[in-house]
Amino acid sequence: MPITSYLALSAILFSLGLYGVLTKRNAVVVLFCIELMLNAANINLVAFSKYGLYANQTGHVFTLFTITVAAAEAAVGIAILIALYRNRNSVKADHYNMMKG
Amino acid sequence: MQINGEFIAFFVLSIFAIGGAVLLMNLVRVVHMALALAFTLLSIAGIYLLLNAEFLAVVQVLIYTGGVSILMLFGIMLTRHRDQEGDSVRPWHNLLSFLGVGSFLGIVIHTIYNAPLTEITAEVGTFSTAWLGEAVFKQYVIPFEAVSVLLLIALVGAVILARKESKP
Repeated sequence: MPITSYLALSAILFSLGLYGVLTKRNAVVVLFCIELMLNAANINLVAFSKYGLYANQTGHVFTLFTITVAAAEAAVGIAILIALYRNRNSVKADHYNMMKG
Repeated sequence: MQINGEFIAFFVLSIFAIGGAVLLMNLVRVVHMALALAFTLLSIAGIYLLLNAEFLAVVQVLIYTGGVSILMLFGIMLTRHRDQEGDSVRPWHNLLSFLGVGSFLGIVIHTIYNAPLTEITAEVGTFSTAWLGEAVFKQYVIPFEAVSVLLLIALVGAVILARKESKP
């Protein structure tokens, strides 16, 4: 398989996630789409660890760290979301306008 | 491009991944969206297997398909999930986002297919989980410790944020 196929798959997944982040109103679904974008970036890292000029397994180490940071981000995101829901009684992202000037 | 097993596997897995992502955009109920996301993440684990990253594939299944999906289900169940994804108040907003993201995707795909990428393949026979463990615990031990501190702080921070606030 040429590496361009993997890169194209990653670009398509990233764009779908970006579209979801921009259009979805439910804050939980926005978190889903952020996870999708992070996974699309991980596919690039793993693809370049197999194909490329200096391809070696170090790309896998990088992906491991990315997965860890993404898991921490998901946990904190859900916690913030639950705190917001308790205060505002809504999960719609466009209802969160407390900091609007 | 000859048709071989790797091509067929990549084709099926990418169809599954993109199909799951498209379903995630189009489904109405939030719980169904969580299922579509789990399906996409599982297909990405298959893509990792194709790229000779067996350990990463297992980690992907454990953390994303298992952990993050369940965490998101908790997030759905603890908030209001019965109301459905309604129509946007601003219909032009969806169209504008679609055009912007579409042009972004077009530029990226055009760049990828015109970039001078080499066809050199790494010696995948030398890829091993033992090497990965040695690299993480020898060469990358400082980032490893930093990430462990980050996980601890995220754990404490999540508990503090989601805790029920006591009335003063």
